Amino acid sequence: MKVAIVDYGMGNIKSVYNALKYLGAKPIVASAPSKLNAEKVIIPGVGAFGNGIKNLVPFIPKIDAALASDTPLLGICLGLQMLFEGSEESPGVKGLAAIDGKVVKIPTKLKLPHIGWNRLEIKNKTCPLFDDVDDGYAYFVHSYHPLPKEDVVAATTHYGCEITAGVWKNNIFGTQFHPEKSGATGLRILKNFLEL
Amino acid sequence: MFCRRIIPCLDCDLAVPGGRVVKGIEFKQIKYAGIPWRLAKKYYEEGADEIVFLDITASHERRGTMVDVLEKTSEEVFVPLTVGGGIHTIDDARKVFNAGADKVAVNTAAIKNPRLVNQLAKYFGSQACVVAIDAKSRLVPSPKKAKDKIVVRTPRGFCWYECSIYGGRKFTSVDAIKWALEVERRGAGEILLTSMDKDGTVEGYDIPLTKAVSERLSIPVIASGGCGNPKHMYEVFRKTQASAALAASIFHYEIHSIEKVKKYLANKGIEIRL
Repeated sequence: MKVAIVDYGMGNIKSVYNALKYLGAKPIVASAPSKLNAEKVIIPGVGAFGNGIKNLVPFIPKIDAALASDTPLLGICLGLQMLFEGSEESPGVKGLAAIDGKVVKIPTKLKLPHIGWNRLEIKNKTCPLFDDVDDGYAYFVHSYHPLPKEDVVAATTHYGCEITAGVWKNNIFGTQFHPEKSGATGLRILKNFLEL
Repeated sequence: MFCRRIIPCLDCDLAVPGGRVVKGIEFKQIKYAGIPWRLAKKYYEEGADEIVFLDITASHERRGTMVDVLEKTSEEVFVPLTVGGGIHTIDDARKVFNAGADKVAVNTAAIKNPRLVNQLAKYFGSQACVVAIDAKSRLVPSPKKAKDKIVVRTPRGFCWYECSIYGGRKFTSVDAIKWALEVERRGAGEILLTSMDKDGTVEGYDIPLTKAVSERLSIPVIASGGCGNPKHMYEVFRKTQASAALAASIFHYEIHSIEKVKKYLANKGIEIRL
């Protein structure tokens, strides 16, 4: 099974690649849009929303095609945020708008960025991404999180307020945390994605 | 439930192929502890929340060895990996990120060129930029005697803290608390705060230092230096706002496993990932 990681120059592609390889998959690092022909697509990423979209532009036609088909797509952290309409982090920059809603600064009194391990609360038990991941801990690194206008929140966590941790809309999946850095829980989530 | 982190630290001598983990005592004597990637994997399996590799190689023969260590480790270890030591430029940082590191920690290079912190934060994000501070207490008779420093009251008397560079071999007269505040403004995502007075002593973390820094900053502070048993971790989490506790020797010599330490802390009511 072919799974492509979109390499648009933001963040540690290698960690995602290593985790998928460890799980027995043969990931393709798609450093050019032409390499983005796969049965599954992962958009990873760390960094600012505006830069992310700027770098992602050449890949957008292929990603749109995947979004419109049944191709399962997983957005991780910034990769998830870019699936929304826009972000408070980079006003005026348009997101992919595959999910209705905006990315907002985490309304917490606690330290930001939210860096570290936090407990997942699975809100949609039917979401295949979170099979057997009840109450697991995941590794988060972010100051913003998406607020969907649709009923797509599959998992949350708490950090002085409720944070969107996972979303699911048809063939689109997303995690605000980094499954590739979340130990056994994260590997389980990636395995679930590979087995869709 | 946001968790405090337990971070094993591997002090690596990279002058030999594959590297070797060693542990210094009060920044001086050296003992052998194992092979970097093997220890990292063992700690990951025992529940380490993150792993720090510190390059303590004195010579220049290390080039490339840290890359090998990271490539090997990141194939099988799925928690954040931080690299410190030997990072002087954006290019040095890029090499270790490409090899599988998630964060870099800078000390000497940042003191000599504070703009490096801004650059690292800009290119790789604040989350990837850790500033390591090696702090040594300097006693003063009263706060008035050190007007340009931030003076802290400790059981030993009033003191300020001086930043040290080159692995504890040189002092800078830079105030460690002020420096921590400055690098936060410059975009650092975390502070790795090592007490030079406590490092290697196994007497416990430097509570006044850790408290002083963690209360003033809004970014996470990793307490380091002096951990000899799980009680010391409990103490630093109870008495300070440290986000993480780093330790080396208590894990290296199989005195305490990470799993047992985490269970102990969780039983004492500290939020911990189990």
